[in-house]
Formats: sequence, C-alpha cells, structure tokens
Amino acid sequence: MNVELKNIHKHFGNVHANKGINLSIPSGSIQGILGENGAGKSTLMKILSGFIQADPGGEIILDGKPVVIHSPADAIHVGIGMLHQDPLDFPPMRALDNFLLGQSGGLFPNRNAVARDFRRLAEQFDFSLDPDSYVDSLTVGERQQLEIIRLLWLGARVLILDEPTTGISASQKSKLFVTLKKLAGQGMTVIFVSHKLEDVEHLCDKVAVLRAGELVGEAKPPYTTSKLVEMMFGKVITLGARQPAQGGNAVLSLENVSLEDVRLKIRNADLEVRAGEVIGLAGMEGSGQGLFIRACAGLVRPVGGRIILNGRDMTGKSYHAFKRAGVNFLPAARLEEGLIPGLSLTDHFILAEEPDGLFIDRAIGQRLAEERIKSFNIRGAPHTPVESLSGGNQQRAELALLQDPLSLVLLEHPTRGLDIESVIYIWGKLKERCRSSTAIIFISSDLEEILQYSDRVLVFFSGKVSRPLDAGKTSVDQLGQLIGGKNWADMGEAYD
Amino acid sequence: MIRDRLGNLLYQLAALLLSFGVVSLILISVDASPWEAFRNMFAGSFGSLRKFAEVLVAFVPLLLVTAGLLVTFSAGLWNIGVEGQVVLGAIATTWVYRFFLDSNLPPALIIALAILGGMIGGALWGSLAGLLKVFGGVNEIFGGLGLNFVATALTIYLIFGPWKRPGVASMSGTVPFPDEFSLPLVENLRISPWALGIALVGIVIVYFLLQGTYFGLRLKAVGKNFRAAYLLGIPTWQYSMYSFLICGALAGAAGAMQVAAVYHRLIPSISSGYGYLGLLVAMLINYQALWAVPVALFFAALNIGSIQLPILMKLDSSLSGVLQGVLVLFVLLASGMQQKFARRS
Amino acid sequence: MTQETLLIGLAGVLASAAPVVFAVIGETLSERAGVLNLSMNGTILLAAMGGFAVAYTTDNILLGFLAGMLIGALVALVVAFASITLKQSQVAVGFVLALTCRDLSYFLGSPYMGVPGPRLQVVPIPLLSDIPVLGTLFFRQDFITYLSFLFIFLAWAWIFRTRSGLMLQGIGEKPAAAYIRGANVTLMRYVYTVIGGALIGLTGPAYSLAIRAGWMGTISGLDGIGWIALAITIFGGWNPLRGAFGAYLFAFLQWLGLVLQPVLTQVPSQVLQVAPFPLMILTLLLVNIGNAEWVERTLAAMPESTRKFFAKLLRAMRASPPAALGVPFISRSRKRVLGGLYRRICARGRKLRAVFVKY
Repeated sequence: MNVELKNIHKHFGNVHANKGINLSIPSGSIQGILGENGAGKSTLMKILSGFIQADPGGEIILDGKPVVIHSPADAIHVGIGMLHQDPLDFPPMRALDNFLLGQSGGLFPNRNAVARDFRRLAEQFDFSLDPDSYVDSLTVGERQQLEIIRLLWLGARVLILDEPTTGISASQKSKLFVTLKKLAGQGMTVIFVSHKLEDVEHLCDKVAVLRAGELVGEAKPPYTTSKLVEMMFGKVITLGARQPAQGGNAVLSLENVSLEDVRLKIRNADLEVRAGEVIGLAGMEGSGQGLFIRACAGLVRPVGGRIILNGRDMTGKSYHAFKRAGVNFLPAARLEEGLIPGLSLTDHFILAEEPDGLFIDRAIGQRLAEERIKSFNIRGAPHTPVESLSGGNQQRAELALLQDPLSLVLLEHPTRGLDIESVIYIWGKLKERCRSSTAIIFISSDLEEILQYSDRVLVFFSGKVSRPLDAGKTSVDQLGQLIGGKNWADMGEAYD
Repeated sequence: MIRDRLGNLLYQLAALLLSFGVVSLILISVDASPWEAFRNMFAGSFGSLRKFAEVLVAFVPLLLVTAGLLVTFSAGLWNIGVEGQVVLGAIATTWVYRFFLDSNLPPALIIALAILGGMIGGALWGSLAGLLKVFGGVNEIFGGLGLNFVATALTIYLIFGPWKRPGVASMSGTVPFPDEFSLPLVENLRISPWALGIALVGIVIVYFLLQGTYFGLRLKAVGKNFRAAYLLGIPTWQYSMYSFLICGALAGAAGAMQVAAVYHRLIPSISSGYGYLGLLVAMLINYQALWAVPVALFFAALNIGSIQLPILMKLDSSLSGVLQGVLVLFVLLASGMQQKFARRS
Repeated sequence: MTQETLLIGLAGVLASAAPVVFAVIGETLSERAGVLNLSMNGTILLAAMGGFAVAYTTDNILLGFLAGMLIGALVALVVAFASITLKQSQVAVGFVLALTCRDLSYFLGSPYMGVPGPRLQVVPIPLLSDIPVLGTLFFRQDFITYLSFLFIFLAWAWIFRTRSGLMLQGIGEKPAAAYIRGANVTLMRYVYTVIGGALIGLTGPAYSLAIRAGWMGTISGLDGIGWIALAITIFGGWNPLRGAFGAYLFAFLQWLGLVLQPVLTQVPSQVLQVAPFPLMILTLLLVNIGNAEWVERTLAAMPESTRKFFAKLLRAMRASPPAALGVPFISRSRKRVLGGLYRRICARGRKLRAVFVKY
C-alpha cells in the first residue's frame, strides 16, 4: 500500500510537535523514521495510526485515496497497524486471547479456527509462539511477534513499528529484521521508527529524518552515518569552553556491581567518581541508565558487588541512609516523584530541612522560602503551590531543595523540556556545586548536553555499560553511534 | 483566588439546597410534610436542655472519630476500619474495668486507666490494618472492613461467652459496672463534661498537629505524594503507621466514652455506627479540621432530632442518615461538576 | 443426622447462597470493567425493601424482582456518572451511597415492616427432581435459585468465552490497549456498571421475596451482606465460578454454624459467621505481598537460585485485580461517548445497506 502524508501539523497546547510534514512511502518498502527523543516521530506515527488526530488541513492518502482516521480501530480497518513501543497488550491473558481480542465477528469466536490461523502465521515467520502461554511470561521480543501476527491477521498492509528494537535480544532483533524484509517483499509497507542509527542503516530502503517537529531530509542507501547524525542533531556543534574537573578524592565507587529488573540485567559494572566530577550517562531510554542511577542512590539494591560512598560500604542500605551520607536524587518526573502537588514552595523548603522542635515556625519558613526563591531565581511566591510553577521553575525549586553540603547529586534528565535560559541557569548552579567538590551523575538524552557538561561519559546499550569515555575527546557523532549500538568493538576496552 | 472561593461556596450552597430538596421530595412521597419533619427534628435536638445534652452525647464519639479520620485522610488513607477501632476501644475499656472490678484503687484512676486502655486497644486494632497495608500490600479498605466484622463478632463472643451475665446471656450486653466507674455526669442529664472535654481536646490536638507541626506537614506530604515524600527523606511507611495508630487511639477513645460515660457496659452495637458516620463528616468538611466541630454537631443533632420522628410523625428515624448521606453525595457531585467545568474552560 | 436431612440442609445452603451469587456476579462484571461499586451493601437493602414493597402493592412477584433490578441499576448509574464522567473517587461515592441507600430503605420501608407478603414458591422440576441426591440438591428449588445457577454459568461464559467478554477483560486490564482494538471504553464502563448494578439489585428481592421473605427493617439481618459479597468478589479473583464457590462456602459456613450450635454452645453462631473475613484478609495478604518493596529488597540480597525460586512462588500466588480498576481512562481522541455509539450505528447501517445493495 502506498502511503502519503501531506502537510501534517500537530499542536499540543503551545508545543508544535509536527510542522507541516510531507512524506511519501511506496508500497513494498521499508521506510525509516529517524530522530532523537522529542523530534516528533511518535506524534506523526500516532496520527497515522489514528491514536490522535492531526490539526485540520493535513491529509493522509492511501493508494491515492484520501482517508479520514478517527481511531486506531479505523486505522486497522483501512489497513494500518501499529506496534507500540510499550506493547499495548494484556499481560495476564493468554497469547491466543490477546490475538483474538479486538477482531470483529460473532459472539462466540471459533477458537480452534483462530488457533489454526495463529499457528499458521507464527510458522510462516518462524516465530515459536505458544497460543496457550500467558503474555506476561513472554519476552518483549515475543510480545512484538505476537502483535505483528495479530495485525497481519486483521489485514494490516501498513505496519508501523515504534522503537521496536528497544529491550529485545540480538537474535530476536535479527529475526525481526528478517520478518520485516519478508513482509516488504510481499508488498507490505513497513515504517520503522527509531533513533538507532545502526538498525535504520541496516534495514531501511529509505530514511526520513525528523528534528524538532520538522522533516529535515531524506536519505537512501548507502548511508553516511556522519551525515545522518548531522541531520538528527543539527549542525555538528563546536563545543564551548568546557570546565575540566579538579582531581578530588573518590566519592563513590561501584565495584563489580550487578543489577536486575524485569527487563534488563547489568553485569559487573565498575566506576569511580571523584569529588567535583561530572559523569554523564548516555543511552536510549530504557537501556539501563535509569537502573544504574537508582542503584547509585540506594533505591535499587544490587544483586551483586559493592557500593562504596566516601570510603564506607553502603551496599544494601536504603536511600535514606545514602541521603544521610550526602547523596541526593532528583528524578525525571518532577510532579510525580520530585515535588508534592498541593503543597506550597514554603512547605517544600520546610520539609527538606531537619525538623526543629515540634511546631513549625512559619516566619522562618517564609524567610527561608523568600531567600531560596531569590537565590535560585524562581518565578513564584512562597505560597505558590508547586504544580502551578512552570517546568523550569519546578526544576529550580528542586535544585533549591538539595541538601548542603552534598557529596553526590544524581539527576535524571535535569533539563528535559526546559527553555534555554533555564538550562543554562540550572547548569550554572550545578557547576557551582561542583566547585564546592560535589560530584554529579546525570542522565540525559541530549548528547550535546552530555558532552558539554560531563567530564566523563558512560554509554548504556541494552544493559551493557561502556568504560568511562573522556568527554573532551568524544564527538557527538561517536556518541550517537555508541548509543545506537554501533562501534562498541572499536572502543577496545568496552566490556559487557 | 477569591472568585474560586466564591464559586466553591456557590456549589456547596447548591448542594445543600438540592439535598434538602431531595429529602423533601422523599418526605412528600410518603405523605409527610417536609416542613413539619425538619421542624420536629430541630425541636428534637435543640428544643430543650435535655435534648441538647443528648446531642452532645452523640457528638462526643462522632467528633473523636472524625478527629482520628482527619489524620488518616491526611496520610492519604481510607481508614474504613475505624468502626472496628471504636469497638476494640470499647472492648479494651471493658476489659480494664473488669480487671479492676474488685480492686481498691481510687475509681478516678480506674476510669483513667480504662480510657487509656481503650485508646491502646483502638490503636492496636488500627495498627493491624496498618501492618496489612504497609507490609502486606492489603488495601486498607478491605483489610479494615474485614477487621470491622471480626471486631463485631468479638464483641458478641465476649457478651455471650466469657463475659456473659450470670444466668443467661442476652443482647442487652454485659453486667453494668458500678456507678463509681462512670465518668461524672451533669446532674439529671446523660452528658459528661469530661467526655465532652476529651473530645474537644482531641480535635484541638489534631487541628494543631495537622496545621502547625512538622509531623502534620510530613504526614500531608506522604498522603499527597508517597514517592516524592520518600525521596525528600521522609520515613514514609513509618508515617503511615503513625497515622493508623493515632486514628485508632482516637477511635478507641470514642469507644471508651461509649462504655465509661454512656452505656456503662459492653453492648453488641457499642459503636452505634459512629465510625462510618465520622467518615461522612470527614468527607463533607473536605478534610479540614476547622469545620469538624460544627459539622459533627450538626450530624449529631440530626441523629438525635430524628429520634422524635417515629413518635410524632410515624416516620422512621433513619431519615437523618438519608439527609446526611444525600448531603455528602451532592457535595461530592457538585465538586465534580465544578472541576469538570473548570477543565473545560 | 439422616442423609435426607443432610441433603435438605445442603440444598438450603445452595438456596441461601443464591442472593450473594447475584451480588458477586454483578460486582465482578462492574469491577472487570474497571469500576468499583462500593455501594453494594446499601443497594441490596434498598432493592430488598423496594422489591418487596412493589410485589406487595401489586401482588406481582415478577414486578418486585424487576423493581429490585431497576433500583440496583439506578444506584450503579450514579456511581458510574460520579466516577467515570465527574472523575470523583469511586470509593467516596460508593461508600456514601452504601450508607444512604441503607438508611433510605429503613426510612421508606417502615410501612412494610413485618407485613406478610408474597413469597416465591419451590418448584420441583419434573423428572429431574426425582434423581437421587442431585434431585434434592439442585432440582427442588425456587425459581430464583435456578436463575442463580444459570447466571453463574452465563457470566462465566460471557467473560471467558465470548468476544465481548474478552473485550471486557481487556477494558479492565488496559483500557488504552482495548481502545486501540476498537472498544468505546467509557460507554462499555457505563454499560457494565449498570448491568452489574441490576444484578446486585436482584440480590435484594432474592432475599425479601424468597429466602428471607418479608421486610423486617433493621432486624432483617441483611445489613452487612453487601460487604461480605464485596469480600467474596475479591476472594473469587474476579471469576464468576470462583466467586460462586466463595458464596457457597460462605453459606455453608453459616449453615455449619447453625448445625454445630448445639455442640459448640460456648461459640455464638455470629462468630462462625465471620470466618470468611479472616480468610479474606489472609487471601489478600498472600495475593499482594509480592508487590511490597521490602520483599523486593530482601530478594535482591539472596543468592541467585533462592531469589529465582521465591520470585516464581510470589508470581504464582499473585492474582491481581483488573489492572485499571478505579483508574479513569482519558481517551486522547475527542470523540464523545454517544458520538462514538452514533458513529458505530451509522457504520452498521452502511454495512447493512451494502449487503442489501449486493442482493
């Protein structure tokens, strides 16, 4: 099926997520959609799959005919099926029920016939899926396979895959690629959304690159990696004057640390962080950096190895013990995990201080709040509830809540969604901390931010942790390839 | 800000009028005059000193329970188990009384010990729901409900079993305690100024606890955002447990009052549903301690005033419960409407 | 005790569990769709009173049952409106309604207190009732008990065997995923809550017109049934078969209490009747403990093999409620509930027309 997108716009409030996108995808091809987080890829694909509607004026044309897609059900009706990044399936139910759910038909589905179709499709693509197994016992890769055969069964002729290679094993990935090529060979249109260069280069017949909501260009094989990287991140940035770290004492050491969660395993990671140093953690969302930073905070207990803080073994201690020892963690979800909606700025500053007696002295709290609001340049009054602050001001408030003195700050996406002014201000404040020998570990999906502000960088790729790279000697291009899983062997000392 | 307040007030007023309207319709449907019914209820609660004293008798446990619930609601917990905590307070009080039945201690000390025992009993029962919630992941609503039934069964077991009256056990409860075990009552009335004092002290303590102390602020933080409160360094699960203990103690005090000042023995329905009614009061005042006293007094007056209805108008006294429930329901719906319109505009 | 009296006793257990079965099935449907109907305790009382009053006034038992169902459906509609449309706490609204409906039933029911009224008769099924043992147990019952047998099976088949039931499971589990598969989540939540409410409403007349015929106000002994049914719904793991088993177990324990009364004189029957509650708490504990953070941390400290063993064990015990129970669903698309329904009807119409044109 030929897919044509004409003049697609989408606004979310003040955010212009898609800016007049025109794209034409011929039948039987694999189209790559490349771009960093927040470039507008997902929005575009959600529009095509009926999850959201584009602003009026745009058009979706299938095989020459304009179509109107109101809902995902409409989309599958006209032959568009989407595989979401977080599988939208039903974990406690059986694979066959997941497969069947949503198919229209009589009240009593013929399970035997459906199971036959299931097995036939699974066999056709060499998937070893058991229709009777429960979905929560399947791997992410198998859940994808289930979703692919389901969409095909429902008659999808355009298949959209949103970041499908996140969280699946290498062998599942190669099987997925074989399948997608086979489908394209059968005349299917495959749209492959990713920010992994390696995957896109390996698979796609054509690549469209999105940046900040705009389609900045298209490319065909043979691909030049550096050119793709340049399109993704804008012109190659010449780094400003970086401030190298002073050599301090070791604040935090991870020795042979192993971590596990439902999706990922990190094996035997080592790291030594010195006072005043900034470590950037790079990697695609869900590659293990979140687990890693939580382990550094004591929020996740390692299944092996030791965590040493200022010379003391802290393995297995709680976050509160880490906090008393001078570690603070600022999570990415500011209003979900960082601040308390419904409480004012003053309340927050009082909470962050050690209680002084039984009763709160509101006057002192008020003074404290005024002082911090001034020194952190927060646009808000002491009585302002935190949820009515802007994102940048919430982040400033979080910084203002940090203990003093502090040996280590852990930050998750400290500047995500913030305006430039706030970004510069926040890093200024953080660097101030570093000069008083606080160490910083932060996660960011902005590679320029990582290279600009870190001394050393750790790259994460599906649970693998790179050796620390010297940020001064690494380029955005190199980093972009590493987070996409490329060139790990060339790093020489990289380990599993 | 001021417009918000005004809007709020308008919606609340509308809810109040609507609920009286609905109850009037219900009354008309059974051929009763709404005006007469409301007038009789008013007269039945404020018409004489004796009647007003009865209102205060109901007000005491209701206020104590509401005070306790304000603490658990602040911590984001739906302590439906409060009913059982009242019962266990009453049981523990009875147990202390029975223990000292033949002792030579001064009665005042025994009363104090019995009330203290009631508070401890309620707190322990509350901590059970808390432990289930904090360490077992059992929702406090279901854990609490289950414990309520167990508490009621325990009362009946005690009344018909180990603590039964000599001769034949009956639903009228255990043997009444001697007069000196009663909290001193106002002459010719059933209200004890001591009980009233304890209830008022309870709500004042809770008010200051929630408004002015570090404890209260941290409790609110835990209730509004458990995760963020933990990251800010607040020992979250401990605070959840504290709130169950405090609420349990206040509910236990309510149970103790029922035994020490009202019934002077353990009866099967010792809690009189004040636990559940307290939940309604707490919801109606939108969890603000300042309003607890007038609203609890209003609800107690409705309860007592409605006692006159069967005698004067051949209407069932449960009208008070209908009015209370409809009022809370409309206030909930009104605030939902208000939020919906706010979202849309 | 002779075999005959034992059989009659057990048949009585099946009959006395029938009302609870309706309530459990109704609540199961509602919760499966993601709406917790906490009003059940009051609804049952109000429906019992209303059903009896209507049957008494009209001298028509069927109208009495229908009135009970209507009351249940209306109360559920309030719950649905407040929680789905107004996004108020389901717990708060349900709880208030539980208390209000109870008091309303006492208030409106006082004229009918203790009046003798119509009662459903036992209708032995010809031939089947003569089968030894089974005949006495299953086929010498009244109509409403037969209906309860039927509904257990129907509800189970609906949820687990039909396409619509599959979608119902999906809506309660992950509304977003159900939505991309074509479900009108909001509308379906309304529909199942109201149908569930009607079933809960059936519980009332099943008492007041059959098993405990008449209306006795506060001494009807019906106050508390709703909370018990709520507990049995959880015990039943949102499955009508397991739920019905819970209801029978509960009725059996009550009967056992009565039978054993002469033997265990020091244990009042009320004590035996609460046996389901500690059982419920224990079940909830086993089912939920795997989610507690301290368990996770303790596991991480264990050697790998132990860790894996316990993780598996906890996983096996876990019987989670519908994941989206009580969670509002906000669809990103702008279509309204009725708009969606309207469009769907139009689509059906188009399809039909297409069929006609073909021929």
